[in-house]
Amino acid sequence: MHHKITMNAGALNAGLARREALKAGGMGVLSVAAIGILAGEPTMAKAAASSADADILNVALGLEHEAIAAYQIGAESGLLQKPVLDAAVLFQSHHKAHRDALIAAIGKLGGTPVAAKSTSDYVASLDIASVKSQTDVLRLARKLERGAANAYIGVIPSFKNVAYAQISARLAADETMHWTVLTQVLGDALPTQALSFGA
Amino acid sequence: MMRLKTLATVLALAPSLLTPTAGHAAAPAGDPVHGQDIYESRCSACHSIDANRVGPAHRGVYGRKAGSAPGYAYSPALRASRVIWTEATLARWLTNPQAFIPGSRMGFQVAEAQDRADVIAYLKTQTAKK
Ligand code: HEC
Repeated sequence: MHHKITMNAGALNAGLARREALKAGGMGVLSVAAIGILAGEPTMAKAAASSADADILNVALGLEHEAIAAYQIGAESGLLQKPVLDAAVLFQSHHKAHRDALIAAIGKLGGTPVAAKSTSDYVASLDIASVKSQTDVLRLARKLERGAANAYIGVIPSFKNVAYAQISARLAADETMHWTVLTQVLGDALPTQALSFGA
Repeated sequence: MMRLKTLATVLALAPSLLTPTAGHAAAPAGDPVHGQDIYESRCSACHSIDANRVGPAHRGVYGRKAGSAPGYAYSPALRASRVIWTEATLARWLTNPQAFIPGSRMGFQVAEAQDRADVIAYLKTQTAKK
């Protein structure tokens, strides 16, 4: 439970780190590439690759913010009984660890991590008004977990750096673990077919 | 023959100006019912039909200009693109969005042509409210 995912995506060369620093200073992809041309840098394509990877991780971060909010709303709803409440709090702590790991990786790539939206935004966009029982909370959580697992699987081929693809697979595995427990708690059957995730 | 060749050259030079059917004559027919299943399983983490979430709301997306859902903060690349969402452009987007529109932020890929056709057929049914 206190296991930290390290987002060490391997050695990035010094030139890349320098361009990322420039980008963190508020310069866009285009101007970074333009500097590459002016300086005769052969590796400017790497900056665009880092930026694309950071964008994918940032979209994933948005999902983690949403999941944290959903579990928070669920935990505070008064609808969850022990031990289901404990599981919800544990799963939320995993999502918080995912969030922190993603923020670190995005920063490393020179990106700006997206902030969470307001609780009222999540209440509206997740249609919390229709959640009226423990079963409703669990079904919503399970839907979000399956979506997140499938999202992490579906972005894998887009990563330019395979180290991030591997991290995406690890995150998908956590979400699948949550999905499986929630399915058991709901008393629903497990999938009869293999390869049901990512499909 | 000449004309076709010229057209092919123009299309090769300007991929984002592809007409709806060009290059996708063999795209399979889509099944919107299976498309809805795919949407719920693979798209709904980020998208809803009627709410902007991590990704933009999808109602009325078919036939609309890319990057134009009200109230959603798109990447500059998607907002500035002149793509109109048709069967052909959606198929290319879902194959590899960041290759189709560099600088865009969706990294999610749909590998199978039939799955792409099905989910596009479903999106087509989610027309703008009158
Ligand atoms: C991991 C999150 C994620 C998943 C999963 C995802 N998308 Fe997206 N999608 C996005 C984001 C983020 C954008 C906005 C990209 C930008 O601004 O560059 C987007 C944009 C789009 C657009 C352009 C919309 C417009 O208004 O121009 C379409 C179409 C689209 N997605 C379809 C899909 C479909 C169909 C699926 C499922 C097969 C899917 N997406 C799965 C995150 C996702």
